[in-house]
Amino acid sequence: MIQVEKLQKYFTIHHLNKRLKAIEDISFTVKKGHFLGIVGKSGSGKSTILKSIYGTYQPQAGAIYYESEEFGNINILSATPREMIHLRKYEIGYVSQFLSVMPRTTAFELVEQSALEAGMNSEQAVKEAKETLKHFDLDESLWHNYPNYFSGGEKLRLNIARAVIKKPRLLLLDEPTASLDDASKLKVRESIEKLKQQGTTLIGIFHDLEFMEGLCDEVFTMQKAVVNAVES
Amino acid sequence: MFDKPILQIKNLSKQYGEGCSYCQHENAKLERNFCPVCKTVYACKNISLDLHRGEILGIVGESGSGKSTLMKCLYFDEETTTGEGFLTDYFNGNENIFTQSGQQKRFIRNSLLGMVYQNPMLGLKMDFSSISNIAEKQIAAGNRNVKQMVDRSNALLDKVNISIKRSKEPPKNFSGGMQQRVQIAKALSSNPPILLLDEVTTGLDLSVQAAVLDLIKTIQRVMQISMIVVSHDLAVIRMLADRTVVMLNGQIIEEGLTDQILEDPQHAYTQQLVYSLL
Ligand SMILES: Nc1ncnc2c1ncn2[C@@H]1O[C@H](COP(=O)(O)OP(=O)(O)OP(=O)(O)O)[C@@H](O)[C@H]1O
Ligand SMILES: Nc1ncnc2c1ncn2[C@@H]1O[C@H](COP(=O)(O)OP(=O)(O)O)[C@@H](O)[C@H]1O
Ligand SMILES: [Mg+2]
Ligand SMILES: [Mg+2]
Ligand SMILES: [Zn+2]
Repeated sequence: MIQVEKLQKYFTIHHLNKRLKAIEDISFTVKKGHFLGIVGKSGSGKSTILKSIYGTYQPQAGAIYYESEEFGNINILSATPREMIHLRKYEIGYVSQFLSVMPRTTAFELVEQSALEAGMNSEQAVKEAKETLKHFDLDESLWHNYPNYFSGGEKLRLNIARAVIKKPRLLLLDEPTASLDDASKLKVRESIEKLKQQGTTLIGIFHDLEFMEGLCDEVFTMQKAVVNAVES
Repeated sequence: MFDKPILQIKNLSKQYGEGCSYCQHENAKLERNFCPVCKTVYACKNISLDLHRGEILGIVGESGSGKSTLMKCLYFDEETTTGEGFLTDYFNGNENIFTQSGQQKRFIRNSLLGMVYQNPMLGLKMDFSSISNIAEKQIAAGNRNVKQMVDRSNALLDKVNISIKRSKEPPKNFSGGMQQRVQIAKALSSNPPILLLDEVTTGLDLSVQAAVLDLIKTIQRVMQISMIVVSHDLAVIRMLADRTVVMLNGQIIEEGLTDQILEDPQHAYTQQLVYSLL
């Protein structure tokens, strides 16, 4: 489903005249329907890998082959922005470490819009939004509030709900359980299991090794942080 | 699998002044966009971009980078010096819009494009009633049915959240945010497939900005109109645009997915812009 080959990403920081190496020579493969966990120290480049797969970062070398429903086998590093936008709408979901909210959009609208974007009709989107928010135990009194004011855990659950409602073929999870209590973690776990049953391929970063062990088919361990700044 | 772009611009350039043997040289050193020898301003240089159906394209850049000039060239307010433009809704994208007759350009402008100017004074007749400002574009687009125009204008005022009771008032009575909303209503009135928005929220206070941005998002979602949104404010671009191009000294220096531009900017100037947002 996804094959990462010798991926390398550095950041050129112009005003410091520095080049910062974030990842180097990363290779792994994830089979369809499998769950790959990524573990490693802070700063070792875990998020950089996920953001490269999602097209937010542009790696300098290597390849990310993804078996797309629409485009067949495609190297994400050479996909056009239009292709990436399509993949994000219909195929690849991403749950970031932080919730990015749209100003003046309620929790319910956020989830509903995500469903509409994935092509559901409005009736279906409303129905699915309700079910998904219920599944993640987001209190109904919060549905029509602005998420800026939510607690960390509520934001995270909303963030996951927004990605999960699209039923993506590939879901990227960047520490989505970091600030959740055990009950909420269980909810996340349940929905990950459900996604797996539906055949979703997952790549996830979790602090909580115990949490991960039960879920992952494989674990990829980051080598020591490769980060070292070099003069460019 | 993708449709042809709804708008395609190829190598658009706009210069103010004749140019000279110094600045016409390929590698001539300019002072920003300005020829130190003959004082010609190169406001837009070799701009190429595509706009797709239903998409919002962001254009960001500092003051003087050529954003408004580009919008004005597209809306035929300014004569384009060189370059080509193609609209899928105009002869199936087979005719360069910049070389059409005045009459054809008026047709394109009135029926296929909507414009919201940075300065409402450019887009509205400040002393005329708001409803006649909105109707003006419909008349220009060939509508002669008064009742239909009044109904449509009122519906649009309602859509942009201005009370129909105030439709007879001239825009000069309105606040800046309301004036921008009248401009949006006017731009939408001939149902164009493409909307050009130049700094619609600049100079408005924050809560009014938020309301105008909301309105734009809603219009895009509900009506599936394609838009080019120009702003020097990356926060506006982040909220609205799927893709973004960065302009500097009349040229495009970087383009990509909006989150890519914001999180992994390549060009030194884009990095500077992004750091100022953090
Ligand atoms: N009519 C004109 N005659 C001469 N120079 C002009 C004219 N109109 C614009 N320019 C110049 O063209 C360049 C681009 O101006 P433009 O208004 O497009 O900038 P902008 O990117 O919209 O800036 P802002 O963010 O301040 O609105 C500037 O150097 C400007 O001085
Ligand atoms: N957008 C960016 N610009 C500059 N440096 C970055 C950027 N994103 C990540 N880095 C750097 O790359 C390295 C890896 O970061 P990251 O992938 O976030 O690590 P992890 O997720 O494993 O904690 C860090 O040194 C980080 O500072
Ligand atoms: Mg991280
Ligand atoms: Mg301007
Ligand atoms: Zn000159």
